[in-house]
Amino acid sequence: MGISVKWLKKYVDFNWTPEELAHNLTMGGIAIEGVEKIDGDAILELDLTPNRGDCQGLINIAREVAALTAAELKIPAVNIAESSANINDYISVEIDAPDLCKRYTARLVKNCKIMPSPEWLQEALINSGIRPINNIVDITNYVLLETNQPLHAFDYNLLSDEKRILVRRAKNNEKFTTLDEVERKLDEDMLVITDGVRPVALAGIMGGLNTEINDDTTDVLIESAYFMGGNIRKTSRKLALRTDSSVRFEKGLDINGIVYALNRAAQLMQELAEGEVVGGICDAYPELQEQLQVALRPERVNYLLGTEITPQEIKHYLRKLGLQMSEVDGTFLVEIPSYRPDITMEVDLIEEVARLYGYDNIPSSLPYGNTTQGGLSAFQKFRDTVKNILANYLHEVVNYSFINPVAFDRLSLPADSSLREVIKVANPLSEEQSVMRTLLLPGLLENISKNLARKNENLAFFEMGKVFYPSQESLPVEQEKIGAVVCGTSEINWLKNKVEMDFFYLKGIIEDLLAQLGIEKCEFVQAEKNAYHPGRTALLLCGNKKIGVLGEVHPEILQNFDIKTRCCACELDIQVLFELSHGKKMLQQITRYPSVERDIAVLLDREIKASEAITIIKEAEQELLSGIVVFDIYTGEQISEGLKSMAFKLTFQSKERTLTEDEINTSIDNILQNLKTRLQAQLR
Amino acid sequence: MREKLKLIKKNAEEKIAAIGSLDEVNDLRVKTLGRKGEITQLLRGLKDLNAEERSEIGKIANEFKVHLEQMINQKTEEIKHCELDSRLAREKIDVTLPGLPPQRGGKHPLTQITEEIRDIFTGLGFSVAEGPEIERDYYNFEALNIPRDHPARDMQDSFYISEDLLLRTHTSPVQVRTMEKTAPQIPVKIIVPGKVYRRDDDATHSPMFQQVEGLVIDERITFAHLKGTLMLFAQKIFGEDVRVRYRPSFFPFTEPSAEMDISCVMCKGKGCRVCSHTGWLEILGAGMVNPRVLEFGGYDPEKVTGFAFGMGVERIAMLKYGINDLRLFFDNDKRFLNQF
Repeated sequence: MGISVKWLKKYVDFNWTPEELAHNLTMGGIAIEGVEKIDGDAILELDLTPNRGDCQGLINIAREVAALTAAELKIPAVNIAESSANINDYISVEIDAPDLCKRYTARLVKNCKIMPSPEWLQEALINSGIRPINNIVDITNYVLLETNQPLHAFDYNLLSDEKRILVRRAKNNEKFTTLDEVERKLDEDMLVITDGVRPVALAGIMGGLNTEINDDTTDVLIESAYFMGGNIRKTSRKLALRTDSSVRFEKGLDINGIVYALNRAAQLMQELAEGEVVGGICDAYPELQEQLQVALRPERVNYLLGTEITPQEIKHYLRKLGLQMSEVDGTFLVEIPSYRPDITMEVDLIEEVARLYGYDNIPSSLPYGNTTQGGLSAFQKFRDTVKNILANYLHEVVNYSFINPVAFDRLSLPADSSLREVIKVANPLSEEQSVMRTLLLPGLLENISKNLARKNENLAFFEMGKVFYPSQESLPVEQEKIGAVVCGTSEINWLKNKVEMDFFYLKGIIEDLLAQLGIEKCEFVQAEKNAYHPGRTALLLCGNKKIGVLGEVHPEILQNFDIKTRCCACELDIQVLFELSHGKKMLQQITRYPSVERDIAVLLDREIKASEAITIIKEAEQELLSGIVVFDIYTGEQISEGLKSMAFKLTFQSKERTLTEDEINTSIDNILQNLKTRLQAQLR
Repeated sequence: MREKLKLIKKNAEEKIAAIGSLDEVNDLRVKTLGRKGEITQLLRGLKDLNAEERSEIGKIANEFKVHLEQMINQKTEEIKHCELDSRLAREKIDVTLPGLPPQRGGKHPLTQITEEIRDIFTGLGFSVAEGPEIERDYYNFEALNIPRDHPARDMQDSFYISEDLLLRTHTSPVQVRTMEKTAPQIPVKIIVPGKVYRRDDDATHSPMFQQVEGLVIDERITFAHLKGTLMLFAQKIFGEDVRVRYRPSFFPFTEPSAEMDISCVMCKGKGCRVCSHTGWLEILGAGMVNPRVLEFGGYDPEKVTGFAFGMGVERIAMLKYGINDLRLFFDNDKRFLNQF
């Protein structure tokens, strides 16, 4: 909303330039987003916080300027020459829903002449961004901008003959056409103004077409009322109808100020439309709102702010804001004016003092007190470590926690898969972001797909984040997972020694992760998993604990994600990793006796796994073997169908002595014998 | 015999001078000085001479041997040097060829900034607290002094799961959860990093983003302590010469509330496009914990006070790295990720 500086000066004198005004208001807590210079005026763009809705009215901004400058506030005096007629002879007002309407006041102005407003009024409205219509409507808008109190003007003669304003809840499915000529279907949570027979206004939001001010209008009934903000907000949202009026009611208004606004409008109609103001006001005010008094202990100001402001100064600041107070035993009892509904507690007053004192004048120092240990928990540190290790090889990505439910079909998950049991977002921005993820894989595959489409090849990503599962408890289950995905090769270079980023590449990274975390005795067990290649997938187990899955993504799944290259992925459970990592790393003594390397090559059935052979070798030589490396796998020429050659480099070392040739030969014989009897291995 | 010796010596000297390889040197050494070499052969004839001659010839022969030995050694050194020089010359490389890129990854810039912020506060004795991303209405709003129908709920348009559950719109619910667990013990000093969600999606809003929240509760905590703590933070993250200012603001869970601005990191406060020519950048919201929130958390606001602050990690990352589009953070383009 725009504030006209020229108009503002009607209520308070100040010598600031518009820019200075904007700066000083901003630093005083009334944020001004920008200053727009227009012919003969400057418009301040307000960026109000929800507690200061009152500053949508010029008089209330003027109060702020007066408090900042100590200039005098000039609120226009209202003098009305009322006719001898009595309003009660023309209209009655009744509130049937006092929980939604705290007060309803009305005045009648007869024999108005509908015409364009005078130029000064039109200019004021235009500069504030409101289109002038006719003098009556313009006056209600002018007073709205001036006082922040929304008004409504009815054509009195178009009200039903009952001439009875009844404020009530709408009926379910009651139809009503608002001023914008849209027919709206109401429900019983909405508040309407009726003329005793039918709705004539949607309370606090918009008037009705049936009683609109028109060129033939002569008698105007002005409404100035107090509706409850929460209800107005709800109705406004339900009908998707936000107006200058509704946004003000939502933020709470001045219940005592509504009579001033009513009189001000009547006065202007008298002056600008030659109307006759009928004597008296209809004022339905079922429950008088008590004057709020808030106690302020001056020492509490300094206690909270860390300042040394004297009680006199505090009093001075509060008076600048126009607040009245009495003093009892050093405590100020501050009368809170009804135009400041945001002040309800002592701290609210402390904030008022603080902002007039100037936040920048408050000292700055570090807290002191009992020392705290602080820092990260063991799990938080562990997570950092995992991220640090993975980030050596993979780029971390951050994906949205909500995904497209189509992802489960793209992963070809069976209909009864538990991963399809999702938490749905009730009001997503789009279908693509409508369910909470139950796994990281779809996001990672989309990262691959999107990057490949942009010709970014050779990708290696990981993500650490939560997945979400429904639960019978009050909160869903949130589990932290690690996911990684690789495709392509390592970066090409002039030596051309690039490495395929395949299953074994990713497995190597995971093995390094496990080693660095000190997690031992893990095994990769051949497995079949949804979305993964049936022959190239492993479960990562540690004893009976399942750490996760690693595998090449199934080619059909890759196709579903529009990925035209092989791609390997893994998903690990960080909680399980954490539980396994508790073992301490202990140094293995470095022996000073020499090691001896021997290579052996055996022919094995092609189905026999490397891990089986390694296990047998380790079991056959439990004392002297310090290392086993598989350094060659060969099938093809000279190897019979169904067999493969597997070559191992064995390292022998003792912690106590230099090994003799005989010892090593005996050991190797034993190893070969075991491979032969248990795996039918043949020596090459 | 003396003459023969001289001849051997002369011949050997000439050969040494002409030799070009280590093999030839070795050959010569064997042929001349070896056990079956020329000198040894010749000296076998010593037994035929008388004692006087024998000693004289023997002496000369010895001198020659030592002399030739020296020459051969010297030549060996020369040739070794020569060979090394030529090897080094052959081994010359083009040092301007690019190095082999190590296969590396990296942490997401939001992770890096979050860790940087977090570490500043853990250094001040803050612990890291975390909480659920799907949160109850009570913790996200009610207990933070944002009742139903409060206009402040408009500031944070929410993704709902059910009537009572929503994706948390800020990390502030962790304040209440921590207070519930800790009260009435003091002090509370926590830093809360985490993902949050709001129903907005454009160049300056992402439906998911990351926040870091801080909370301190103790006896005699003041607004001055809030300023001191945040000043330290601003200097550590944006440099010692950064200036800050505070504007009154509004958050339902703090009172008094403030926005902290820093002098623009791009123009050092002179005014530029990034700071809309104001010289200042809004960086975080803060304030003294509202007494109602302390009560919700189980503390007596007459006995303890506290301050809280919260900031958007993306905002700080954008300023630190000069990133102009928020969406880049969640796009996960390799060309973007590669740079961090």
